[in-house]
Amino acid sequence: MDLTFSEPELAFRDELRAWFAEHEPGQEPHGDEDAHYAWRRDYQRELATDGWAAVHWPVEYGGRGATLTQSAIFFEELGRSGAPMMANVLGVLLAGPTIMAYGTPEQKDRYLAPILTGEEIWCQGFSEPDAGSDLASLKTRAVKDGDGWVVTGQKVWTSGAQYSKWCMLVARTDPEAPKHKGLTYFLMDMDQEAVQVRPLRQITGESEFNELFIDGARIPDENVLGGVGNGWRVALTTLMNERAGLAFFLQVRMRQLLDRLIGEAMARGLLDDPVIAERLGQMHLKAEVLRLTAYRGLTAIEKYGEPGPEGSLTKWMWSETNQQLTQLAADLLGPVALQAGARWSYELLRARGNSIEGGTTEVLKNIVAERVLGLPKAR
Amino acid sequence: MDFDLTEDQREIKDVARELLTARSPWAKVRQAAEAGEYDAALWRELVELGWAGIAVAERYGGQGLGAVELGVLLEELGYACAATPFFSTAVAAAAIQAGGSDEQRARWLPGLAGGELSAGVGTAELVIDGHGADVLVLLDDEGARLVASPDAESLVAIDPTRRFATVSADADGEALAADVGDRVRAALAAEVVGVCQRALEMTLEYVKDRKQFGVPVGSFQAVSHRCAQMLLYTESARSTAYYAAWAADAEPQRLGEAAALAAAAAATGAREVPASAIQAHGGIGFTWEADVHWLYKRGEVDRVLLGGPERHHAALARAAGQRLAVPAG
Repeated sequence: MDLTFSEPELAFRDELRAWFAEHEPGQEPHGDEDAHYAWRRDYQRELATDGWAAVHWPVEYGGRGATLTQSAIFFEELGRSGAPMMANVLGVLLAGPTIMAYGTPEQKDRYLAPILTGEEIWCQGFSEPDAGSDLASLKTRAVKDGDGWVVTGQKVWTSGAQYSKWCMLVARTDPEAPKHKGLTYFLMDMDQEAVQVRPLRQITGESEFNELFIDGARIPDENVLGGVGNGWRVALTTLMNERAGLAFFLQVRMRQLLDRLIGEAMARGLLDDPVIAERLGQMHLKAEVLRLTAYRGLTAIEKYGEPGPEGSLTKWMWSETNQQLTQLAADLLGPVALQAGARWSYELLRARGNSIEGGTTEVLKNIVAERVLGLPKAR
Repeated sequence: MDFDLTEDQREIKDVARELLTARSPWAKVRQAAEAGEYDAALWRELVELGWAGIAVAERYGGQGLGAVELGVLLEELGYACAATPFFSTAVAAAAIQAGGSDEQRARWLPGLAGGELSAGVGTAELVIDGHGADVLVLLDDEGARLVASPDAESLVAIDPTRRFATVSADADGEALAADVGDRVRAALAAEVVGVCQRALEMTLEYVKDRKQFGVPVGSFQAVSHRCAQMLLYTESARSTAYYAAWAADAEPQRLGEAAALAAAAAATGAREVPASAIQAHGGIGFTWEADVHWLYKRGEVDRVLLGGPERHHAALARAAGQRLAVPAG
């Protein structure tokens, strides 16, 4: 057991810290979502120039072939530096690794490089109005037509669709087959009349995600990924990548938010109140449990090739803690934290999405119960 | 970064699990608990294996291993809920090894490691195995002290798998190092991990087997989500207990915070997981016949010894505040 970083890991971290120190992200634009997105895109280009945009990718595709621990260090340092998450985070974390796993040599040549630089942004067309947690029941249809496919249907919760050139689209190609079998994974060009993007306004007032209306969009055969009818397996690869590196970024950002709250509580002399100290300390405990458990999960994957029972708990822990933390801020700071436009009021509202996005807590508990604890399928 | 037991530590764990599964099944624990006695044969065997001196230096007759190895054994003894004086003997010995003077080590360690001397560990109000012990490691708000030939009064607590006592709060003693309290709490947390793990496993077995409405009750989300929550508490206790054990050996300057984290997480798990186990067992869980109550009783007493989560939460918040007040170096 050794909870310190090795020499190579420390060297990696120090190089990264030095890079972040030299590349300050500049003032974060507030209130203008397009400007905010452009800021993130510019920063990703800078990261890519020096090979930092996707450290976990193999060197041949422009990454650094980083180990899982190095990748975790990258996301921790990214969070720590105050720099924005890559604009093309879905491309870097989801589309890229999925294309590496299932793509033809031509597909890898065509798509990977522009993902790194942020030149081509990717979105994820999985969820539908009637297919959320039960993803395999999705209804978007792709019908064979000559040397391609014609797609009709609707997608929802599509983050960044308004900026995207490509969509990881899962559609039903065989309505007769059992629900997991009749699906195909496509790389869909968003640049066509038949694809309409309509922003969804969130409870925060902003629009991170969208509805996608697809009415006769065309996708050529060469844009099928992983073979016709193999869409469920390919989609699972994407979903498994979803929770990997992000955990460390989110964990650090939550830590920063907590430190900010402790700082504000101290400035008001609130830490002398035992009830408040108790509640803040509970948040500190949960943040540390999350960090430690995430590292245990990392070790398990590095040593045994698969996560241990702790691996499926971190998303649940993070969302619950982040929600409690932002609510505690409202309790401690009062009206100041609830003014429209204030940082804390934004965090309070945004945190409501945490236990829904990327798998609801209820579904995560089902997964833990069935796959980790071996309980019978839930009713 | 390697946040996992080493191969050697894993082997100690496997050997302990195998031995205790054979020697200390529930029937034996029950027999000892109902008789109000320890399992003397089992204890003799553990001493012969050198477990009592696991964290005692070889020059004092121990195994020369550390807090992580001690934690591994404590976890397995907790898992078995075994009726032995292992905790008091091995933890007192580890505390004197780490936080005692050379004189104290020479005086107590060979006898404790060899099983010829007995020890008590706890607070003045509640000392595990304090009655008739040769020496006590007593924790209080200021730190820890060593009390030789104590005048302790027997106390029967709800956990009949263990003996307890009280001593006068002003019993004279010799000061031990300031971090001994943290080491004892880290040890308690390790035991709690095993208690939680056993309660979870017994529950899983039961809810997979028990059928109502024609299906296993574990297929109901009200039950399966309870089990998922039990896993979360158990793994939270494990992450922090391992961290504290590692810090005790490798980075004692981090032990204070690590032990507070471990104590807080373990105090929560110690209550919630066995209580959930009783609930998930339904009416059977409330009977003397079902063995989950031994775990609940062990957990509640451990929680008191850990000091309850609230005071550790508050200490953690103040420590975090102090760290923020000092600019990072």
